[in-house]
Amino acid sequence: MVGFTRGFSGRGRSGRDPRLPPGQYDAGRSWPVLTAEATPKLDTAAWTFTVEGLVQTPSTWTWEEIRALPGSDYEGDIHCVTTWSKLGMTFRGVSLDVLLDAAVPLPAATHVMAYTHTGYTTNLPLADVTGGQAWVAWEAEGKSLPREHGGPARLLVPHLYFWKSAKWVAGLRLLDHDEPGFWEQNGYHDRGDPWLEQRYQGD
Amino acid sequence: MTDQTPVKAAAPGPWSQATVVAVRRETATAKTFRLRLSNPSLHLAGQHYVIRLTAPDGYTASRSYSVASAPDGSPEIEITVERLPDGEVSSFLHDEVVAGDELEVRGPIGGWFVWSGHSPALLIGGGSGVVPLMAMLRLARSTGNSVLVRLVISVRNPADLYYANELPGPETTIIYTRQGDPSDVRQPGHLSVNDLPTVPADATAYICGSSPFADAATDLTIGIGIPTQRIRIERFGPTG
Repeated sequence: MVGFTRGFSGRGRSGRDPRLPPGQYDAGRSWPVLTAEATPKLDTAAWTFTVEGLVQTPSTWTWEEIRALPGSDYEGDIHCVTTWSKLGMTFRGVSLDVLLDAAVPLPAATHVMAYTHTGYTTNLPLADVTGGQAWVAWEAEGKSLPREHGGPARLLVPHLYFWKSAKWVAGLRLLDHDEPGFWEQNGYHDRGDPWLEQRYQGD
Repeated sequence: MTDQTPVKAAAPGPWSQATVVAVRRETATAKTFRLRLSNPSLHLAGQHYVIRLTAPDGYTASRSYSVASAPDGSPEIEITVERLPDGEVSSFLHDEVVAGDELEVRGPIGGWFVWSGHSPALLIGGGSGVVPLMAMLRLARSTGNSVLVRLVISVRNPADLYYANELPGPETTIIYTRQGDPSDVRQPGHLSVNDLPTVPADATAYICGSSPFADAATDLTIGIGIPTQRIRIERFGPTG
C-alpha cells in the first residue's frame, strides 16, 4: 500500500466543512439525480403508504390521510454513496414514528424492508427509522418533492447514505431479521453509515 | 424492476493498488487509463471501479469510473475519464497521472447495470455515457455475439466521439446533435425514435448519460415498446 498518491495534495480542504463525512464532497447547489430505473409518474389519487409485517395493526394511508397527520421537518445534510453530499437542506413530511406508533411494531421486530411503488427495496434496522430519525417526505426546499427525486413522496433517513432513502416509497415491512434489499444484494452495505464509510458489504 | 433479478455481484474487496501502464487520449476532454491490478478480479460488462487519491496529510478524494474494457481474464482494465472543469479527481488524473504511477482502486462494483453477454440488448449512450456500454460492445464482439447488441451513441460532433477508431460497425449507430459528418444523410439533432434500431421484443435497454439525456432516451425506448421493467439506467451526475 502506498501511503499517498504521487502529486496529489487535494484542494480547498483547509476550509473543509466539518459537516462532510470522510470521502464526501460538497455538491453545492446542485442536487444530482441517481436512479437506476425509469422515473415513474405516480398519481396521488392512487398513492398509498403501508406499514405491515410484524405489527399489531397493519395500516395503510392514502395521500389525503398521510398529509393530514402531524407533519415535521428535517433540516440538515444528505450524503450519497457516490461521494456527493448536500448540506443544509430542508425537507417536510411525517415522522415514521407517527406511522409506526399507529401500526405498533411487535416485540420481535428488529428490521424493516422499505419497498417502493416501482419495486425497489432497501433494508434498515428498526432502530434507524425510529426516534425522530426518519420520515416519509413530500417537500424539499419548500416545494413539492420533484418526481425525479422521488415525488410525490420518498423515504428520508438522512443519517444513512441516501440510497436508503427510497424514492417513490410505498411502505415498510417489519421483519425479525435483516435481509438485503436491492442495492444491498449488489454489494452495498446493509446499514450505510456515512461517518463510518459503510459503503460496501464488509466495510 | 422487480421482475429482473440483478446479476449476482460479489462485494468489492478491500482497496488495492493498480499501476497505470498506459494513458491514451480519446478526445479533447477524455483520456483512457490502462491499469494493471495488483488484485485482479473478473468484472462484468457495465461495472465500475472507485479510484481514491490520498494526499500526504491523509486527505482523500474518490470517484467511480466505469470500466471500458471487456472482461477478458486479463489483469488489466481500462477506464475512460472525462475531465470536468471543477473535477478534483478527474483533473488530477488528466493533468498529473502518467504511466508508471500507482493508484488505489476498489472494485469491481455493481450488479444492476451489467450485461451478461447472452441476451439481446439495446445500448443507448450520451457523450461519456458510452463508457460502460463500450465494455458491453467489446464483450459482444470478442465472444462472437455481436448479433445480440445494438449500440446508439449520441455526441455533439465527431470530435467528441470516444473510441472513434473502434466503435463504428454494423451494430452501432452514431448520432450527432450539433454538427455531423458532411457525408451524413441525417441532419444533426437530438436523438429521436427514428434513430433507434429494431431490436428483439425481449431486449433489455441499457441507457447511460446525463440525467436529461437518460430521461429523453427512456421515453424513446418506451416508445419503441420496451417496457420500463426492462430498462436499466445509469445517470452521470457530477462525479468530479
